[in-house]
Amino acid sequence: MTTTTAPITPVAPASPGAPVDTPRRRGRAVRRALTPYAFLLPALVMELLVHLVPMAVGVWISFRELTQFFIRRWSEAPFVGLENYRVVLDWSGPTGADLVHSLFVTIVYTVCSVGLSWLFGFTAGVLLQKRFRGRNVLRTMFLTPYALPAYAAVITWSFLLQRDQGMLNHILVDQLHLVDERPFWLIGDNSLWSLIMVAVWRTWPFALLCITAGLQAIPPDLYEASAMDGAGFLRQVREVTLPMLAPVNRVLILVLVLWSFNDFSTPFVLFGGSAPRPAELISIHIYESSFITWNFGLGSAMSVLLLLFLFVVTVVYLLAVNRRRRDA
Amino acid sequence: MREARWIRVTRVVVLSLLALFTLAPLYVMVSSSVKPLADVTDDFRWWPSRLTVRPFVDMWSTVPLGRYFVNSVVVSLAAMAFSVVVAIFAAYAVSRYRFRGRSAFSLAVLSTQMFPGILFLLPLFLIYVNLSRITGINLYGSRLGLVITYLTFSLPFSIWMLTGYFASIPRELDESAAVDGAGPLRTLVQVILPTALPGIVAVAVYSFMTAWGEVLFASVMTGESSRTLAVGLQSYSTSNYVYWNQVMAASLVVSIPVVAGFLALQRHFVAGLTAGAVK
Amino acid sequence: MRRSALALAAALVVPLAAACGSGEDSDSLEGVTITYWASNQGTSLEHDAAVLQPELEKFKERTGITVNLEVIGWDNLLNRILAAATSGQGPDVLNIGNTWSASLQATGAFLPFDDATMEAIGGRDRFLEGSLSATGAPGQPPVGVPLYSMAYVLYYNKKLFAEAGLDGPPTTWDELVEYGKKLTTGDQWGLVVEGANISENSHHAFTFAQQYGGDFFDEEGKPQFDADPNVAGIKRYLDFMGVHKIVNPSAAEYANNQSLSDFASGKAAMLLWQAADTALQQYGMNPDDYGVAPVPFEEPTPPGGRRINSMVAGINIAVFAETKHKEAALELVKFLTSDEEQIILNKAYASLPTVHGAYRDPAFQTDTVKIFQEVLANTAAPLPAVPEEAQFETLVGTAIKDLFADIASGKTVTEADIKAKLAAANAQVTPSS
Repeated sequence: MTTTTAPITPVAPASPGAPVDTPRRRGRAVRRALTPYAFLLPALVMELLVHLVPMAVGVWISFRELTQFFIRRWSEAPFVGLENYRVVLDWSGPTGADLVHSLFVTIVYTVCSVGLSWLFGFTAGVLLQKRFRGRNVLRTMFLTPYALPAYAAVITWSFLLQRDQGMLNHILVDQLHLVDERPFWLIGDNSLWSLIMVAVWRTWPFALLCITAGLQAIPPDLYEASAMDGAGFLRQVREVTLPMLAPVNRVLILVLVLWSFNDFSTPFVLFGGSAPRPAELISIHIYESSFITWNFGLGSAMSVLLLLFLFVVTVVYLLAVNRRRRDA
Repeated sequence: MREARWIRVTRVVVLSLLALFTLAPLYVMVSSSVKPLADVTDDFRWWPSRLTVRPFVDMWSTVPLGRYFVNSVVVSLAAMAFSVVVAIFAAYAVSRYRFRGRSAFSLAVLSTQMFPGILFLLPLFLIYVNLSRITGINLYGSRLGLVITYLTFSLPFSIWMLTGYFASIPRELDESAAVDGAGPLRTLVQVILPTALPGIVAVAVYSFMTAWGEVLFASVMTGESSRTLAVGLQSYSTSNYVYWNQVMAASLVVSIPVVAGFLALQRHFVAGLTAGAVK
Repeated sequence: MRRSALALAAALVVPLAAACGSGEDSDSLEGVTITYWASNQGTSLEHDAAVLQPELEKFKERTGITVNLEVIGWDNLLNRILAAATSGQGPDVLNIGNTWSASLQATGAFLPFDDATMEAIGGRDRFLEGSLSATGAPGQPPVGVPLYSMAYVLYYNKKLFAEAGLDGPPTTWDELVEYGKKLTTGDQWGLVVEGANISENSHHAFTFAQQYGGDFFDEEGKPQFDADPNVAGIKRYLDFMGVHKIVNPSAAEYANNQSLSDFASGKAAMLLWQAADTALQQYGMNPDDYGVAPVPFEEPTPPGGRRINSMVAGINIAVFAETKHKEAALELVKFLTSDEEQIILNKAYASLPTVHGAYRDPAFQTDTVKIFQEVLANTAAPLPAVPEEAQFETLVGTAIKDLFADIASGKTVTEADIKAKLAAANAQVTPSS
């Protein structure tokens, strides 16, 4: 048997910085470049179908006069350019003035309800970190408002807040005698604070949920190291918990702000369909200007303006937050 | 361990106050559900004039809760499952890769949360009607249309949140998996997912609850057979009066499975990197 | 890339199917299936279905047409109708609130009941004139026919009246105030209003304005909310709480029918409402304890004032213009507005028939029904039949809600205040060309 020893073909040494460009390697590079897009595709398709195309239609409608006369053949609604925007932005006119008013109310509402919800959620999340008997039950109880149907929860509050027959006044006036005159909670100046209270009641459990999940990802060695440095509880929260929770908090607060701005069902159910002026949120205002009055062009214009406003706020927020991250 | 006393005291005080705040309306709901109708329309009373379970009995005949319950469960579970999977993929791409259109996609998805929900309603209905005509698959008046709608509704938050949770997982783990020869999919499943489990659970809960509680789109997109609980609950309030006690009873019954789910989920909050405990 | 994306989006959104001609069906209507959206008239959606289902079975036996019934609550009905009108995908027959008539008429999505169509369902003359007046803008064929009718009346608590030494119900507003003052003692109030309910507010605003000779829209259909007679009328209504103090200030926040429960529990002795019998009995009130009377008038009649004490309330039945089964749909309309069905359905829902023939049934010959009938026949008027009617309800109703809130918190509300508020509301009306 003759063994032929084939000469070993030397493989070109792979010198760093000069990879051999083979079809296989090119194919792999293309695949790698396409990978993120592949992962993104399902989300992109769904978003386009359900969110982005309808939004584009909404923007299109804002440039048209779409009233009850045209909804049947809406594609033929007359083009009115910026007329809807002009009506909406006319500060001196009542529609414009009302919009500005509801914008301010909504800003106050958002700042208070998001601020308080986050604060409660964070405080409870941190305090519930330590294992103690009944912790799980307590946490579940805290999450219960989030489990309730929105309609039932808010209608219960509207019950509670009734002037004559509600529990709150029963306690405040009849039992504790804290106030003499029976206050109104669902109309008048108090209505905004009632709305905030109901919103916080429903939202803070959600903040608790997200923050608790985020807290789980913090390695205990970080706390141990910090404790060895002599840090007390508060310093640990400031130096370990908050920074580690930052990615979660960043998103949570932003999203809560956006949702709070667009919150419709809470005021709608609490005030029986029409909100009192001190608590007229922009979402209710838009609803009344479009669905109730059949003037979809106007409602769409208001929505687009709201979108632009929130977009600017978001971009500013993200820039500020990312800069802080880079500096940190 | 060596926990300062003021922390213990603060914990008790703060948690008790929060408990009171949480419980007050819950108490009103529970007590109203066992009150006769007259009690509920009268002045507030701490305790029912007489205990009755009539509301729990009557509520089934006023509204076909059983059928609505099944619809809600099917739609919510399906929406949750698909939404979580789609969001995980998208968040993995956004958090682990740099690619053209990354910011545009994130911002576009986020911008959907800046638009009032009611204005999506008619255009979306139009799209479904036309799609149904083209493809023959019924998207309105059916559970499928709702599932598609809800899974997308919860995507923006889920993607952004998961991106945040994924971002806090160190790249070294990815790299060591790559050294072991894992491709992106395997890295995702074997490295990222187990570590980010609490976040995924949070997002799954959110998706489920979003679908479970949504009323507006369900009211327009469903017919008798596909109607969900959220819409059905509205039916307790009719043109002339509201069956307060039945609404409360129904809401409680409807929430029990969800609350039980929360209790069971607590276990998963302890999974992940650590059983995080602040000392 | 962008252009084709746009085209795709357009294809998804613009209806592909050509408008289906509602071509006549085959000669026989056997085996045809139509969809009917009923509104909530009974004590619950299930109750509505329980009332209608047997009738629809009867209909099927007689005509062979199957009807798919869906009962839709008021919260959702308008949204569903909107979605249907926009997409062309909707029911064949549906109930509509009669105050929506002019707005829905303007969409063109519903079948106009011209003379031929009216003949097909039995003729115009069968219907009560009063009910017919609320079926759309004058001068155009109606967009439906009346199905159930209702009007506002005054409910008064006979026991409380007897205790206060009052013989019978008031017939003028001055009398109402006088009685109200006698009936307002301790925890009890003379009158209750649903102050935070904007449609209730707008209905009463309409009636009071009529009595003072006011109109909310002029002859050309332009809004004139702040005309002096309107202001005077609304002031009369607001004064019950503000000046005469016969209404509980808490009523300024009532939006969930607390008026009904207040009246039922004796907290208020008088109530202005549409058909409240079933509700009052649900709340445990004995029918012998209360009486029904026409809503009072202003005496002496203000200059230009009309003898109107209620709006024409009610439900109409309409046919969707895109229906593929026009004949079958009209058959259903004819069936539901037949004397026999009108008797059955209106009995079940405690509303009033809209056809003369139904009134021969003894159930509709009680004193209470006679009062309603008399109001509908002689002293009721339809809300302004203009496309902006919904804006009127929202804007004026909200203005009154805000004014009630001011009064309840102790502020004095003058005519000037009311006029200013109505003027602001007026400026917000966006004309629908």
